[in-house]
Amino acid sequence: MTTVQDAVPGVIGTRVLRREDPELLTGEGRFTDDLKIPAALWLGVVRSPFGRAKILSIDTSAAKAAPGVVAVYTATDLQSEWAGPIPSAWQVTPDMKSPAHYPLASGSANYVGDPVAVVVANSPKEAADAVGMVDVEYEQLPAVVDLEDALSDRVVIHSELGTNVSYVWELNPNPDGIKTAFDNAAYVVKERYIQQRLIPAAMEPRSVAVVPSPMGGDYTVYSATQIPHILKVMLGLTVGISESKIRVIAPAVGGGFGSKLDVYPEELLCLALARKHRLPVRWTEERSENSQATIQGRGQVQWIELAADANGKLTGVRADIIADMGGYQQLITAGVPLLGAFLYHGVYDTPAYAFKCTGVYTNKTPTDAYRGAGRPEATYAIERAMDALAVKVGVDTVEIRRRNFIPTESFPYNSPAGLVFDSGDYAANFTQGLNFAGYDALRKKQAEMRASGSKKHLGIGISFFVEMCGLAPSRVLASLNYSAGGWESATVRILPTCKVQVVTGTAPHGQGHETSWAMIAADKLGISPDDVEVLHSDTAISPFGLDTYGSRSLSVGGTAVYIATERVLDKARKIAAHLLEASEEDLDYAGGNFSVKGSPEKVLPLAAVAFESFTAHNLPDGMEPNLEASTSWDPPNFTFPYGTHIAVVEVDEDTGKVDLVRYVAVDDCGNRINPLIVEGQVHGGLAQGIGQALFEEAVYDETGNLLTATLADYLVPSAAELPSFELDHTVTPSPTNPLGVKGIGEAGAIASPPAVMNAIVDALSHFGKINIDMPASPEKVWKAIQATKA
Amino acid sequence: MKVTLTVNGKQVSRDVEPRTLLVHFIREDLSLTGTNVGCDTSSCGACTILMGGESVKSCTVLAVQADGAEITTIEGMASADGTMNAVQRAFQENHGLQCGYCTPGMVMASYSLIKENSNLDEAAVREGLEGNLCRCTGYHNIVKAVLAAASEMGA
Amino acid sequence: MYPASFEYLRALSVAEAISMVSNNEDAKFIAGGHSLIPLMKLRLATPSTLVDIGRIGSLSYVKDEGSQIAIGALTRHRDIEISDVLRSKAPMLAHVAGMVGDPSVRHRGTIGGSIAHGDGASDLPAAVLALDAVLVVEGPSGRREIKATDFFKGFLETALGADEVLVEIRVPSDIKAWSYQKFNRRAQDWAIVGVAAVRNGTTRVSLVNMGATPLRATGTEAALASGASLDDAALRADEGIDPPADLNASVEYRRHLAHVLTKRALSELG
Ligand SMILES: Cc1cc2nc3c(=O)[nH]c(=O)nc-3n(C[C@H](O)[C@H](O)[C@H](O)COP(=O)(O)OP(=O)(O)OC[C@H]3O[C@@H](n4cnc5c(N)ncnc54)[C@H](O)[C@@H]3O)c2cc1C
Ligand code: FES
Ligand code: FES
Repeated sequence: MTTVQDAVPGVIGTRVLRREDPELLTGEGRFTDDLKIPAALWLGVVRSPFGRAKILSIDTSAAKAAPGVVAVYTATDLQSEWAGPIPSAWQVTPDMKSPAHYPLASGSANYVGDPVAVVVANSPKEAADAVGMVDVEYEQLPAVVDLEDALSDRVVIHSELGTNVSYVWELNPNPDGIKTAFDNAAYVVKERYIQQRLIPAAMEPRSVAVVPSPMGGDYTVYSATQIPHILKVMLGLTVGISESKIRVIAPAVGGGFGSKLDVYPEELLCLALARKHRLPVRWTEERSENSQATIQGRGQVQWIELAADANGKLTGVRADIIADMGGYQQLITAGVPLLGAFLYHGVYDTPAYAFKCTGVYTNKTPTDAYRGAGRPEATYAIERAMDALAVKVGVDTVEIRRRNFIPTESFPYNSPAGLVFDSGDYAANFTQGLNFAGYDALRKKQAEMRASGSKKHLGIGISFFVEMCGLAPSRVLASLNYSAGGWESATVRILPTCKVQVVTGTAPHGQGHETSWAMIAADKLGISPDDVEVLHSDTAISPFGLDTYGSRSLSVGGTAVYIATERVLDKARKIAAHLLEASEEDLDYAGGNFSVKGSPEKVLPLAAVAFESFTAHNLPDGMEPNLEASTSWDPPNFTFPYGTHIAVVEVDEDTGKVDLVRYVAVDDCGNRINPLIVEGQVHGGLAQGIGQALFEEAVYDETGNLLTATLADYLVPSAAELPSFELDHTVTPSPTNPLGVKGIGEAGAIASPPAVMNAIVDALSHFGKINIDMPASPEKVWKAIQATKA
Repeated sequence: MKVTLTVNGKQVSRDVEPRTLLVHFIREDLSLTGTNVGCDTSSCGACTILMGGESVKSCTVLAVQADGAEITTIEGMASADGTMNAVQRAFQENHGLQCGYCTPGMVMASYSLIKENSNLDEAAVREGLEGNLCRCTGYHNIVKAVLAAASEMGA
Repeated sequence: MYPASFEYLRALSVAEAISMVSNNEDAKFIAGGHSLIPLMKLRLATPSTLVDIGRIGSLSYVKDEGSQIAIGALTRHRDIEISDVLRSKAPMLAHVAGMVGDPSVRHRGTIGGSIAHGDGASDLPAAVLALDAVLVVEGPSGRREIKATDFFKGFLETALGADEVLVEIRVPSDIKAWSYQKFNRRAQDWAIVGVAAVRNGTTRVSLVNMGATPLRATGTEAALASGASLDDAALRADEGIDPPADLNASVEYRRHLAHVLTKRALSELG
């Protein structure tokens, strides 16, 4: 017990390989659908094939008689199972209107995929067969698909609400300032952009399995979810089971991107039916169900106006958006646009700012958080509008940005929307990005290609983004009417043999928290990360937590780990001081060893302290045995990552096809714990953002039918459509947390759509003004070119 | 109907309904759950396995069609002592996976691609993986991993 | 995604296959299954019986027969793609087979299945049309030959009788002037529009996904025969054709793509 620990060099900032990988690479990882659960019943969901329809009758007799079918239920049959409706946690205004929303629709169905009945069968095959035998008689009704049409109330979807408008949320801290800015502007830009709906399309479809315990009335809920903790609370409230009787486990989860940040009808149904049948009940989604009945992202019509003085310096920014809720409210549907509400001026200093959002219902799948949630929308609007302003003012897109950056010396920056941007050096990051991309050379090449008369047109698109992440200071969430907090918990234990357990409330699903959290604890303790185990995603093991979304995990959850580690080390120090008969202040700690300042021979390894704290033979008076510390950390502010993104495209004038030839990203996410993982997060976000710009769109026809319900029609890009990405970074530590970290999970998805779209507009700028919305399909680009020739 | 296959070197026989897809046979009858299902339309490649040494989408093959075939799934890629093979190792070393859901299919498709092509460059790897979708990695590190594995396996 | 139930039979010879489907209207052959199984999973096809012809090993070959190359109907896309005979004697077919779907699809799908399926959006049917191939089919009353030009009848409808097996595809060898232009948004996808052009004395041009079946661009062919410029000939690619509209292309854009791709194909012929 007295061998002195070899010093382990700091691991933070190094490219530690992920410990999560071997399991996943050998087929040993267990996703929810992989679990073997004896005697489980399988759910099959009967869904509305119509965007809007009255449910006239449901005949379940044929399905009930089908082989292997145990039961078939409609909304009426299950009415008494619910203690409350499907939860919506974000009432953004006091008068926000929400329709009642239960796991099975009764009376009317309001989007294609809306569940209207469930089959319970002995096998998934039998459930699938029986779903086709449930005979639902519908009267199809006119559907509302278009957002501006929804606003007109030509057809009111939920008649009890009297309108399709769910809420109007406004931020206008300085109405006089805004008015003056626009009255006196030398230049005004007014642009309308469309944020098409996106299907998050995590590769693992949703899956849930509820196993009732044979005694005690407890339930174990396995779910492919990002939010085991929130789900537990909501399941208890909705199904009327004491929260303490529910244990939620998120096994390996195959990506989420916000789509698994929700409480879904199928989760509630499996729990209620497990209670009813006293047997395990499970369900796994098919891809077409995932497209129709798992939330979608974005869905906005955006108006943005910029006022600028004669130098092109912004004097006011005003945004007015319509946001698509879909058929109902899901967990944070209404709040998603608000996560961008404060950022429509981007990284640019402006004295006046106003924002308004009108949330409307449509006969489409409910929307909710999708990677970036609100911030990609804001970034897109301001970054495209800045390019439009550059054209108006007659300067390069680089110059217009330089003239408007929030000056480095004004950080912490009090934003016109009321936020405090933590730290940044935008101009320096921008210069680095331009140099890294070889901006001047690209412009030269563009000029040469144009001069050569080539029908391939080179375009260079810039996007400089800032986002607010690290959700979130609980008090700020309160001011936005969100019904939960934004803290995160962690417990750190040093076990008798000096193995360390970190328990976290985050719920990783690809982000590598096990690796990074172990690095944080190990670095602080001066031990090897291999000696640190990270436990998560099981509410019985980590009872408190607020889970993983909004690029919050590292800045909030990682910080909690850091603080808990610090606390446990503080206790160890007290014990070490006692054992070494020195005062705490006189102790140094490095490389896993306590030593007395000035007496290098007086050394005590952490392992000895750990064992002593366990035997408790010789602890300071009044000290409790064991080394364990917990914390719930509530961040004092958001964090504000930023960066320069540059897309280079080649547009084929003949076909309109866009080839993304280069993509450069220079992100600043503060300190980087594991650069390998940071880069991976950027890559993945970029692919999704580029997907939004060029390929992806949930397309509905006028009856509300989703035309892109398969991965053959919904174009998730493959490796063949993307280039390798060129990454660099700057580091401006965040003063908000002791790790100095900001968050990186969403950056790529936030920054890339406007970079790509600006590049397309730039490529074709010599044709005239190009009007184009995402996704820039070959046909749309071709038509945009034709329009300039007309 | 009875089918007999060699899966990861072991012979297995089972009675199956003709409509059983090979992927369900592998996952449910053989409990080899490393092979995943990600779509309804043969588009995603999450279910990719090796059949006779070549990549195949096991959601688009009937178990009865595979009768007599030699199948390798992700569980059969590491050596008996658990050492991962070159492709698996390259995926870890290059951070070619995040959530890991597409990964078994990616590894199988990559392995097949490397075996079939002696001179892979970045463009060929990207084209060669056109039928395997990943939503997490943006493919950047997958491509790096495949090139690294290719040079190791070719050497 | 589970197909509906069906009976499964395995044929080990063409004769056996033919007898297994006779008197059974709902029976279907299955070769690679890469067109049929996706339809069955979506329950867009619900055959009562599947007759598996995939094990008739004698139907997988590529033979150099001098002026023609004979290809067994069960030859997989992958084997066509890498066939030395085809690469040197009929390189267009090898090239087009290499553009079908993705590598895993090409490991299972067969040329016979692709042609017998007769999808207007598929690559190989248009290629054999441009190549003026001859399709050899065998039925209860023996073998007959059908010219590719007479083979494709309507949406997923061909000149094949329900009890006939496509056994061989014969294409002319040593065609040096050919081009295949496939336009899509993602590499793995079917063509939004494709153009196959072959010059073998006269120039034949066929179109992918411009109608329910692969189509000849007769306007272009006539224009070329009468000595029109490539530009003018290309602009007639969609003459007499009524292309479909879908998520990826309107009618107008499809017509435009047919012009552009035909021009590219003709230019490539040199
Ligand atoms: C993901 C994916 C992507 C694809 N992409 C493309 C693409 O880009 N381009 C393209 O052209 N194709 C594409 N395909 C289709 C692919 O080429 C199929 O393999 C091919 O079209 C059918 O061949 P098969 O042997 O699999 O036929 P099967 O599916 O077995 O059969 C298809 C039909 O033909 C009949 N049939 C089969 N063989 C014979 C025969 N010898 N005689 C009589 N009837 C027969 C069957 O009864 C059935 O009706 C794709 C398929 C998939 C799954
Ligand atoms: S599950 Fe087989 S390709 Fe998607
Ligand atoms: S790693 Fe998550 S889908 Fe590829």
